Amino acid sequence: MEYEIKPKEKLSLGLDELWQYRELFYFFTWRDIKVKYKQTVLGFAWAVLQPFLMMVIFSLFFGQALKVPSDNLPYPVFVFSGLLLWNIFSTGITSAGNSMVSNANIIKKIYFPRLIIPISSVLVSVFDFLMSIIIFAGMLLYYGIHIHPLKLLFYAPIGVLVTCIATFGMGTLLAALNIKYRDFRYIIPFLVQSLLFITPIIYPVSILSHDWLKYVVALNPMYAGVSLFRSGVIDVPLEPNLLLISLSSGVFFLVVGLYYFRKTEAYFADLA
Amino acid sequence: MKPILEIKNISKKFRIHHEKQAYLNMRDSISSIFKKDNSSEEMFYALHKISFDVYPGQSIGIIGKNGAGKSTLLKILSKITPPSSGKIISRGRIASLLEVGTGFHSELSGRENIFLNGSILGMKRAEIQKNFDEIVDFSGVEKFLDTPLKHYSSGMQLRLAFAVAAFLENEILIIDEVLAVGDSEFQKKCIGKMEDVSNSGRTVLFVSHDLNAVQKLCANSLILDHGVILKHGKTSDVISEYIHGNISTNYWERTTDSKSEIFFKNVRITLKGKQPDLVVEVSFKIKSNKNAPPVLVAFNVSNQMGQYLGQAMPSLTPNVFNSETEYKCEINLHNIVPDEYYLGAWIGPNLYSTFDWQKEIVSFKIIDSPQESRVQYSTAFGMLFLDSKIIDLKS
Repeated sequence: MEYEIKPKEKLSLGLDELWQYRELFYFFTWRDIKVKYKQTVLGFAWAVLQPFLMMVIFSLFFGQALKVPSDNLPYPVFVFSGLLLWNIFSTGITSAGNSMVSNANIIKKIYFPRLIIPISSVLVSVFDFLMSIIIFAGMLLYYGIHIHPLKLLFYAPIGVLVTCIATFGMGTLLAALNIKYRDFRYIIPFLVQSLLFITPIIYPVSILSHDWLKYVVALNPMYAGVSLFRSGVIDVPLEPNLLLISLSSGVFFLVVGLYYFRKTEAYFADLA
Repeated sequence: MKPILEIKNISKKFRIHHEKQAYLNMRDSISSIFKKDNSSEEMFYALHKISFDVYPGQSIGIIGKNGAGKSTLLKILSKITPPSSGKIISRGRIASLLEVGTGFHSELSGRENIFLNGSILGMKRAEIQKNFDEIVDFSGVEKFLDTPLKHYSSGMQLRLAFAVAAFLENEILIIDEVLAVGDSEFQKKCIGKMEDVSNSGRTVLFVSHDLNAVQKLCANSLILDHGVILKHGKTSDVISEYIHGNISTNYWERTTDSKSEIFFKNVRITLKGKQPDLVVEVSFKIKSNKNAPPVLVAFNVSNQMGQYLGQAMPSLTPNVFNSETEYKCEINLHNIVPDEYYLGAWIGPNLYSTFDWQKEIVSFKIIDSPQESRVQYSTAFGMLFLDSKIIDLKS
């Protein structure tokens, strides 16, 4: 086995190398999951409790008080279906975005494909999602929602996949930017907060009065994830135009994120 | 036999930003697009055209002062940072230990950290599993395996970390200073383990300030200084050159221009020979801005306390012309007690006035003793050993 170490010339995804180091995905994800709820009384229950409490608050304010419509679903089910995916995205891009900086001590001392770190961060938030899906199932039963199992099995995984792609794309981009420009430490929370408002989580797209507003919402890669996932439980038709825009936006961030990350990763150790 | 590592013309340069804070922010980046002014940038070579080959089974020690480029070289070899130019051909898996316990997490237990650390170092799960008992045994922390690492003493953490690293099975091991910590008993254990490793036919690159450890582990060594290899060869030769000190600060160069008409441009010293014939050879360059009558040159030798040991005033009295001229002079160091000494250079038109006086600009270390039969010397009784002999009264 012979290989060369030299100044970086061409860009590639380095998939073969990622495969070689595949066990590290497991170890980093496992470490982050283990450490996340260490020294807490409630432990893993927090993974479930966080979205649940948010659902309760949103239901009280937006569902009860403001009477936001919810596409014929009970409002709590509606908002929880969105929050499930939103949590993958928000905790995913936050932890992925900070991951390179918080693991600086490792990347300065040892080599492995750097992409493993942000990917593992996203995997951690997927794990939280899997935990809280139990609550969602409970809610569907409690409210007696009539579902078509096949439809749910088709749309829900697609919605999760699209969400993961969006999260991963933005997460890697932010991770690479954050290591060079620490401004992003402050930009990320702000970004997450503002994106929450242009994602149809607490409201359905149908209440947007202007068409152009719908297109703005569709530019958000999370629109596609949330709408697809919800299609599993409700009978509101998908809007192909908006869906396509949102999917393209997700792919765009994925390509840009991967490209920028791979292009700059060689110098992470010098910048960290 | 093909070398397992070929290091070819490796350079690493860094841009130094003056007047700017060390790390970037967006505003700087954006505003610098519009600013053409790059005058505040300077290139700094941490490594400059380093080349050497390493053969399978060889252990090479890398020594040098702080800032010589050792860590940069190791980082390039371990792929942490890319070289600016040049390339390295490697014919084996490299494992690098630039730090003990990389990736250790204080919230996880000892057992969990063994797996995490091992895997970060590049071991497969099965490999760790296979060596697990041995690792635990070597570290001596079996009682605390399920205790979070944060409750370990620093010595225990260190032992655990080294134990994991000791079972790496890569063909090439790069080790940086890891033995600088821990109590002497554990250090001995580590050195012993590393001797086993290098005897088992694996290739080891070992960076350390501990010359004894280098001597023990490595047959060959190289000295890095200011990003270049000063010497590469048998460890005993390399170490003796290193501690002779004549490479520590053997060169001085004027960095700013002088207002004086005549001044030193640079001074370089080299120790030559052995006691009682040890000499220091001084090469120096004088720059003159006018044609002048003969000048005087003097070199002062002082010790670390700033006390003068003596002055050498070679009879250098040619006319100086409007030019740069290089001279060479030998100063006899016969009878000087082993210690570290400094040399300063003076130039003037006569004994009472000065053109240029550079104090304590270069240093050298004398190791050999003036008297062959004696090893111990102390400067407590002076810096000079006086020649003496017993006069036979009978004759």
